[in-house]
Amino acid sequence: MMNHERGGSRSDQMDIVVTIILIGGLFFFTGGAIGIIRLPEFYCRLHAAGQLDTMGVLWTMAALALYALDDFSLGAILTSLKIILIVFFLFITSPTATHAIVDAGVRAGLSPWRKSGEEE
Amino acid sequence: MDRIFLYSALFFSVLMLLSLYRAVFGPTVLDRLVGVNAIGSKTTALLILIGLTYHRVEMFVDIALAYATLNFLAVLAASRYFQKRRGLYDEAPTK
Repeated sequence: MMNHERGGSRSDQMDIVVTIILIGGLFFFTGGAIGIIRLPEFYCRLHAAGQLDTMGVLWTMAALALYALDDFSLGAILTSLKIILIVFFLFITSPTATHAIVDAGVRAGLSPWRKSGEEE
Repeated sequence: MDRIFLYSALFFSVLMLLSLYRAVFGPTVLDRLVGVNAIGSKTTALLILIGLTYHRVEMFVDIALAYATLNFLAVLAASRYFQKRRGLYDEAPTK
């Protein structure tokens, strides 16, 4: 955290802010991965995967775009805009992919999970 | 700061291994598709982290954008394909 290799124009406060936002994104990704493993059935797994991965991408990419915007040159601004473009693209495509998987499951006749005691 | 990015990339790799468990051992085909989708959305973030570690982020961000597009197309095409098929269980649990 203390080694500034690109001239030292970056402030320590910005590094701390980037680290906190990055850890927030990793928290959401961890929740998504645990949900994919632990939940009982694939509709529930899609719930965890779709929502938490989208939120984790938002936080992580926000941190990385802040870090890439170290000086206000044209290249740095363009890189940050491309990272934000990836977030925008994922916010459109991730619900679409989730909806397509759920649609495939419904049409294939998979019924949602119930507790083992209650039968219809 | 490079070290923080490196450790974050390692943590992403561990999370991708956890998602790979669902992609390998998932009982239905759609479970595997969920795992592959989760791995793909983590990979876009991991590619930018690799670019920041190597100080070449302006090159890796284009690769990440292309990878996000390809992942979306693969998942969408696979789910459209499996929509036409009945009986998605690999080994039938209730017969």
